[in-house]
Amino acid sequence: MEKRFWNEYQKEIADDHFFYERSCIRQTFFPGSEATFLNIMRNDLGKDIYDSSHQHTCTGIGYHSDVVPFETTMTIVARLFSLMTERGYKNYVPSCVTSFGVMTELMEKWKEQPEILEKAREYLKKATGRTFELPENIVHPSDLIFKFRFELKEKMKYQLINRFTGKPLRGVEHIGCHYAKIFPKHGIGNAEFPYVLAGMIEAWGGEVVDYPERRHCCGFGFRQYLVQENRGYSIANSKKKFESMEPYEPDFIVANCPGCAMFLDKWQYTIAEMEHKTYDKEGYGIPVLTYEELAGLLLGYDPWVMGMQLHQVQCERLLDKIGVAYNPDDKYRGASGKILRAPEKPEVLKV
Amino acid sequence: MNIAVIGAGPAGIEAASVLANNHQVTLFEKEEKPLCNIRDKAFLFPDFSSADELADKLEAKLSHENITLKANCAVTAMNRTGEQWTLTTADGETATFDKVLLATGYRVFDAHQKEELGYGIYKGVITSIEMEKMIKENQIRNNMDEVPKQIVFLQCVGSRDEKSGNNYCSKVCCVTAVKQAIEIKKQHPETDVYIFYMDLRMWGQGFEEMYREAQEKYGVNFVRGRISEAASTFDNRVQIKAEDTLMGNPMTMNADLLVLMVGMCASEGTATLSKCAGIDGLYRFAQSRSPHIEDNLTSQPGLYVAGSCKRPMCIEDTIQDARAAALAILDDDTMMR
Ligand code: SF4
Repeated sequence: MEKRFWNEYQKEIADDHFFYERSCIRQTFFPGSEATFLNIMRNDLGKDIYDSSHQHTCTGIGYHSDVVPFETTMTIVARLFSLMTERGYKNYVPSCVTSFGVMTELMEKWKEQPEILEKAREYLKKATGRTFELPENIVHPSDLIFKFRFELKEKMKYQLINRFTGKPLRGVEHIGCHYAKIFPKHGIGNAEFPYVLAGMIEAWGGEVVDYPERRHCCGFGFRQYLVQENRGYSIANSKKKFESMEPYEPDFIVANCPGCAMFLDKWQYTIAEMEHKTYDKEGYGIPVLTYEELAGLLLGYDPWVMGMQLHQVQCERLLDKIGVAYNPDDKYRGASGKILRAPEKPEVLKV
Repeated sequence: MNIAVIGAGPAGIEAASVLANNHQVTLFEKEEKPLCNIRDKAFLFPDFSSADELADKLEAKLSHENITLKANCAVTAMNRTGEQWTLTTADGETATFDKVLLATGYRVFDAHQKEELGYGIYKGVITSIEMEKMIKENQIRNNMDEVPKQIVFLQCVGSRDEKSGNNYCSKVCCVTAVKQAIEIKKQHPETDVYIFYMDLRMWGQGFEEMYREAQEKYGVNFVRGRISEAASTFDNRVQIKAEDTLMGNPMTMNADLLVLMVGMCASEGTATLSKCAGIDGLYRFAQSRSPHIEDNLTSQPGLYVAGSCKRPMCIEDTIQDARAAALAILDDDTMMR
């Protein structure tokens, strides 16, 4: 890329004292990512971040699938903000990009139409007796990792360098649509050339793959996967991306959306089963990571503690390229020390 | 009368040459040489005459003894004091005139603003200005220095586009794309050329014939649809995504070059001076008093406008408009006497 557009699109990211909102689905897809993020913030960066046990959905999936009305979404988000207010925080960090999208949308709506904000206050008061203040700063956790990427680099044990060849590892970055496509001004680097993940890859020694379908949707779209008959659209979009990135031989994919990371990972299994096709030369597929997992790996976190064994495309080959120390015998060892049952092996995709 | 003409493009020179028959004219030009925009072109539509020949003819008019050309001399401010106008130049000098003609022209739209089209990011994405230079130098090449196999043009870049803030049509880019496509086919008949358009505005004499000839004689392909996104491919070409709105199909295709037909915007001089003089109009262009018989007059006495400082205009119309502006100045002078 010649021109670095992203430099022109920055946003305000608070420095400390955050209220964290968990995602409904991330803990199923990537069970260790949110805990890893909190560990990085607290232990590696020394930040104050609060994780409330009273939190709940933002309704994002239902809202975008037209099953939850706007007023309900607004009131539920108001309750989340009231939890933040109650604890004295002003900086809100939703783990899921859809929550981030819902909240930035509401903030814009309330700014443009203050009478609707008054309605939200009224509904929340009637339903729960609670009140809330608007956050002063709403950022996605990937914004925070981006902001502190160089501080983190200082603490990292590993870099994104292939230890067998000495060359930078090639990373495909994929941004969730709800991160920057709803309001480009809220995404680092804007919507066309988002830099939030690319900045991490570059800062940590890797090389970003700029492939033709880089900006194409992963296919997650709620209506596409909620209605089973529509899932063909979903997989077709992912397939288009895989075919486009394949010639560049990426070493990994990193995403900041629960759905993107999940589908880009799982569809590789499905395509392998359906078409006997994998997108790396050796038949293992391209590992898909969350940005927390990527940061955690380089910081020296145990991949199995981060839950990376639950990925469809297994990550050992990437770990070996980076040089991450791991114990293969611990892969399916539970927290109690007991070995849990290993999943069945797929027929085509190698593990 | 002591008259200032600001801008030594076709409008400024043509008007100055008419006015100089009876009056002293000082012609201010911010660039080192006049007529840069014409000299950058290879051929002119609709007759494919040489742009340099026209520039030579216009430049010859500058040798009139009553014309003083001040090149490298940008006018940065203008103020009316009584019946006269005082102009200030970039190096701080001032001079006073009885009449001022604004002929500060246009600039092309900055294609970087349409980020989705990848200009400045991907080497295979160029503007119509760069294509014109390639045609002029007989050097139509892709970024691997080969003769391109496929060239795609996209119309209305920065025009008729709410997102870039320009709702107006730039008027000349449709026919310019057709002209450039024909030139490409003349130099490289084997190159496939596609033009993506919203609708083709072939309003001038001979334009429709050019459009027909482009299809029938040269095999240029016209696709109705907008390109939504450009990206680089593994083999250093450009992948474009578009919708063919006649067929109702989304499409993806690869090309060696994507040529963005950049529209006309108010030049910095036009925007600054028309604001300074209180005649700023839509989209930072200068505003004439009314579009019909007072199109060269302004709301300010003694201040006149000509050419593409008012709105997008082709060279033919610009030259006619410049003569009309000169007549308006002479008329006013006669009436005052
Ligand atoms: S002349 Fe054609 S290309 Fe130019 S703005 Fe008008 S319609 Fe678009």
